[in-house]
Amino acid sequence: MKNSIIKIESLHKSYFSGENSLHVLKGLNLEIKEGEMVSIMGSSGSGKSTLLNILGILDSYDKGSYYLDGMFIDDMSETKAAKYRNRYIGFVFQSFNLISFKNAMENVALPLYYQNVNRKKRNEIALQYLDKLGLKDWAHHLPSELSGGQKQRIAIARSLISQPRVILADEPTGALDSKTSNEVMEILKEVNKTGITVIIVTHEEEISSKTNRIIRLRDGVIESDKVNSKILSYV
Amino acid sequence: MFDSLSEIFSVLKQNKLRAIMTGFSVAWGIFMLLILLGSGKGLENGMRFNFRGSATNSIWVNSGETTQSHEGYKEGRRIQFTNEDYTAIKNEISGISNLSGRVYLYDSAPLTYKDNFGVYQITCVMPAFFGIEKMDIIKGRFINDIDIKESRKVIVLSQPIVDTLFDGDEPLGAYIKVGGIPYKVVGVFRDVMQRDERKSFMPITTGQKVFGQGNRIQNFAITTASESLEENRAIEKEVRHLLARRHRFSQTDQGAIFIWNTLENFRQVLGVFTGIRIFIWIIGIMTIIAGIVGVSNIMIILVKERTKEIGIRKSIGASPWSVIKLVMSESLLITALSGFFGLLAGMGVLHFANMILQSIAAGNPDINSYFHNPSADFQVAVTATFVLVISGLIAGFIPAKKAAAIKPIEALHDE
Repeated sequence: MKNSIIKIESLHKSYFSGENSLHVLKGLNLEIKEGEMVSIMGSSGSGKSTLLNILGILDSYDKGSYYLDGMFIDDMSETKAAKYRNRYIGFVFQSFNLISFKNAMENVALPLYYQNVNRKKRNEIALQYLDKLGLKDWAHHLPSELSGGQKQRIAIARSLISQPRVILADEPTGALDSKTSNEVMEILKEVNKTGITVIIVTHEEEISSKTNRIIRLRDGVIESDKVNSKILSYV
Repeated sequence: MFDSLSEIFSVLKQNKLRAIMTGFSVAWGIFMLLILLGSGKGLENGMRFNFRGSATNSIWVNSGETTQSHEGYKEGRRIQFTNEDYTAIKNEISGISNLSGRVYLYDSAPLTYKDNFGVYQITCVMPAFFGIEKMDIIKGRFINDIDIKESRKVIVLSQPIVDTLFDGDEPLGAYIKVGGIPYKVVGVFRDVMQRDERKSFMPITTGQKVFGQGNRIQNFAITTASESLEENRAIEKEVRHLLARRHRFSQTDQGAIFIWNTLENFRQVLGVFTGIRIFIWIIGIMTIIAGIVGVSNIMIILVKERTKEIGIRKSIGASPWSVIKLVMSESLLITALSGFFGLLAGMGVLHFANMILQSIAAGNPDINSYFHNPSADFQVAVTATFVLVISGLIAGFIPAKKAAAIKPIEALHDE
């Protein structure tokens, strides 16, 4: 039995705006084991993005508990949260979130900048990752000179460079056509095969069908949590 | 270090024009501060130039009439100094470096050389007077001790008198008649200030004997060995007390003798300039504050524009401190760099102004009394640099705090 990398127990989260409060997550229980490839599905407003933010230590929760790799994550200082994000988590976003005035290599190398890796070393490592993703020739291009698929591959390279335990992907294919979507999913699968846990938030069945476990959220509760029988052979 | 620098430059390059415009306001502040300080220094130097004529730590003692009755004497009594007062001051008061009694001969004695004559001020002094009033001896010597001892009939003339009376003849060793009695010219001088030059000097003993002054002395000129105002005041007081005792007038009688302390006066004038300098600093700092507000403003806008980028940085592991460092060092770099240019420009303008002033002063020395050697010294440059660094940090502080407070989730949805 593999260790659980993510474990949440009766997790609650509400948003307050003035007098009104919005109860987004209503007591979630979830355990994700190391090396799993999970998709979290749900319509907008189901709380899937909120869950992802909490898992990524980008947001705090109100009640319950969250363990990341066995560590209890509570309302920690920004500095500590930044350190954990840098060490344990890689993000892939729908809108890529690359820094526009930095070239592909610099974008990929940025997480290592915050680990105080020197410039030469981190650029070297960044090039290795770009090479793995077939983008070595594009290393010195700015994001604006690249296609959507290329940008997302760069974002994936950036999320991988700090050798995280978990990749959190928020609608990673949302801005891509189906062909490139498939490519990106193939890459994420490859990443998963190296032992990194991948969690994808999506509302597309086609994407979730490529993961081994599908969690459906509805109005802040888990509606279903099923192993994807179609691709069980992958595990 | 180099890493964070290149990180900053890559951002600044995004907005070259904006960085330059912002920098300009800071450069302008520093430039103005420097120009103001330099001008203030020029005025001050002009004033110092005026004080160059006599030692700044000199005390002049003149006699007057008593205004208070004291020890049975009625008020309105005239005080007359004598040689004995000179000896008493010399023997009893310490801390004096030069002491000279003076006797003035005004229009009583015209100077005559061959067919030329003129009426000039003749001051009968002691050798020590040379250390009190600053003058350049062009030829020969000043009055010496043997002149005093033997009451020699010698005279020291200023260059303008020589020019008027001698018609190109060699003055040194020549005889000139003063009130009909021949005196040997032993020296020619020029006043350092080049003002009031129609003066001549002869030994005080000669003046007293020849012109029937007996042992009288009209006033004393003193320079002290000390640069401190307190010690000079103490000496001034001692002199007053000594003379009060000898001449039996009240120590508090302000009319009996008049004492003019140039150090005090000099210090007062310097005090005015200290005031001016403080005023200039205040104006300068205000100007710089305007620059700081400008930088701060731009940085806030910049941070707002970069909300998303900062959010990305935070999501991949940038700590709040590293974000603060990023913004602060950016503002520091803009201020420091542009301030440095302002500093250079200010120094350059001052240097140029000084060159022009010097060329004007070559033809018209009067200008030196008003404005002389405007410059910002090393200390000012160091202080200005310090002000710059501080202002850079202040300018960056609010934007940096704003940047550090950015929440990554909100930033990432900021399209």
